[in-house]
Amino acid sequence: MSRIDLDLAHSYRPNPSQDSDYALLPLKMSFEDGGAYALLGPSGCGKTTMLNIMSGLLVPSHGSVCFDGRDVTRATPQERNIAQVFQFPVIYDTMTVAENLAFPLKNRKVPADQIRQRVGQIAEMLDMSHQLDMRAAGLSADQKQKISLGRGLVRPDVSAVLFDEPLTVIDPHLKWQLRRKLKQIHHELKLTLIYVTHDQVEALTFADQVVVMTRGKVVQLGAPDALFERPAHTFVGHFIGSPGMNLLEVEAQNGSLRIGDRVLPVPRPLPEGPLRLGIRPEYLRLVPLSEQGCLPGTVTRVQDIGTYFLVTVDAAGQSLKARLSNETAIPGMGSLVGLQILGDHTCFYQNEELVA
Amino acid sequence: MQLSLEQVGKTVGPAVHLYPMSLSPVPGAVTVLLGATQAGKTSLMRLMAGLDVPSQGRVLVDGRDVTGIPVRDRNVAMVYQQFINYPSMTVFDNIASPLKLGGQPRAEIDQRVREIASRLHIDIFLERLPAELSGGQQQRVALARALAKGAPLMLLDEPLVNLDYKLREELREELSSLFSAGNSTVIYATTEPSEALLLGGYTAVMDAGELLQYGPTAEVFHQPRSIRVARAFSDPPMNLVEAEAVDGGLRLRGGVNLPVDLPGEASRSVTVGIRASALRETARPGDIGIPGEVELAEISGSDTFVHVNTAQGELVAQLTGVHEFDLGAHITLHIDPSQVYVFDRAGDLVRAPRRQEVKA
Repeated sequence: MSRIDLDLAHSYRPNPSQDSDYALLPLKMSFEDGGAYALLGPSGCGKTTMLNIMSGLLVPSHGSVCFDGRDVTRATPQERNIAQVFQFPVIYDTMTVAENLAFPLKNRKVPADQIRQRVGQIAEMLDMSHQLDMRAAGLSADQKQKISLGRGLVRPDVSAVLFDEPLTVIDPHLKWQLRRKLKQIHHELKLTLIYVTHDQVEALTFADQVVVMTRGKVVQLGAPDALFERPAHTFVGHFIGSPGMNLLEVEAQNGSLRIGDRVLPVPRPLPEGPLRLGIRPEYLRLVPLSEQGCLPGTVTRVQDIGTYFLVTVDAAGQSLKARLSNETAIPGMGSLVGLQILGDHTCFYQNEELVA
Repeated sequence: MQLSLEQVGKTVGPAVHLYPMSLSPVPGAVTVLLGATQAGKTSLMRLMAGLDVPSQGRVLVDGRDVTGIPVRDRNVAMVYQQFINYPSMTVFDNIASPLKLGGQPRAEIDQRVREIASRLHIDIFLERLPAELSGGQQQRVALARALAKGAPLMLLDEPLVNLDYKLREELREELSSLFSAGNSTVIYATTEPSEALLLGGYTAVMDAGELLQYGPTAEVFHQPRSIRVARAFSDPPMNLVEAEAVDGGLRLRGGVNLPVDLPGEASRSVTVGIRASALRETARPGDIGIPGEVELAEISGSDTFVHVNTAQGELVAQLTGVHEFDLGAHITLHIDPSQVYVFDRAGDLVRAPRRQEVKA
């Protein structure tokens, strides 16, 4: 297992001159040995490009990739000692489940008794012990993908295991079981795992550290609770959570905060000038209009989402959502309410970056 | 437009696709058809559209029998999971095509197309061909065309299923405001309970070719007629625990007592339903504790779903926000006994939690 350091950029076209020419903008980051990471972002954000650069399928146009301090920028996946799992099963149909799992070990001339032991261990973890002697050809797509996962995890000596949206073909019920399995396996085997997905549930559940990407740029590397509580970039606030963070145009001026035609006291030191105030629907409180420092608004929509209410409020020419528990009093459509937008969970952004 | 299905059923060879059912979707509103794949949603929509003829029963439009009248002779707009556009026409012409057939003045068509395109965020692509757009953008073109048609009946078969979740969130919002601004009767099929709740309106719950319940969406969610409805209409699944009626309430399998009032006629052995959101980490006065071990914590961004192994079986708790748990950690889940559902031996609802009424 290895620590992976990236200091690079990648453009698929020659002589990149502007940001949009890059699939990956210049970045510098490290993946610690034994960590579970997810690369998360919408399609086209550069996450697969980054994965392919780490695996050695792609040589970056600029910069270097190091494994444990050793420059492997131009090394093949074999030379890097990487295991990979793709979206669709990559297995040998004519072999049994056990033979499929053993294949990567046999290739490396691992002694037979060690192979048997390791294959047994991996099959056990994936609940496939009873299927070891079955031919892969007869299995469902789900089962085949489980074999692919097993093949990726079977070698104890790999530098890292890279997953490219491995649960795409899996049915939703089995998905959460496999998420649990992967998490347990990471716990037990302590492999370095890197997982690409556009699905926030998969990313946040699987990974200790999530790399959020958009438009070729890493906008935050952090633990799931940090992405929720302190999004480093407005994109993270918007992308994580459903619905995402409310973002309000505000202006800080001489110790006060201007929102539309309202002026509120500044809650903590802020840079002067135009800012965006971010507050998650979970933390936006509805208060009586008489409460000090609140923003007045009108309720424009009330949705009973079953386990909670989603209330949309228009205030200062902008639209905000509040998520309210079934146990609180829910205002009717058209009511005038106060919004408490300042609190410990409020974030401030300048040029999309978190500043306070 | 009042669509009415009277005892319609569909069999294909020996296979029953739809058992006889009657349904009159509320005119001018959204009716969500909610059910897993193979529940019969698409089969039912095809009968509504006139793409298929029912094996039995009648389809009425505003009281007129239209059973057997093909789709081209009805005024229906449809959108499928897989986007369908005219490949040789620009995005503008794709959206405008139903309006041109209607013979509207050019300026009006132009204005309408631009208005709908901007609502669906595709106004910058109007001069492009569909093939030059991403999948999500092409699906929005198909949606825009259906909306432009302004047909009295609009059938949408899982229209957002192939899009990523953030885009889905935005489009769902746009669609529901477009629906409420128009007069069309909208039928919207989905497999996702949360999508039904976000769309609001009315929901028809389907399972294995049967229509199980129809009513206002929130009411069906809060008062599911049976375990089957509750199962189809909860995500994560409702926790179901076998229980026995005892003096002063219920005893859950594994031995936890819940003080719950039951109607007199309830059977002795029942099933208790606990919504994942009714379980919490911190006790409040009157709560009952259920101890267990954490199997996995799934984080959705806004919520954490904790899977817990207990003497009552595996329970899922939905906690707001991001919470980290170690696998195998001890946890006690707490529940307010008044917040449980109770189903009798036949699976019919005998008790539901009280809920807050809100004027919409």
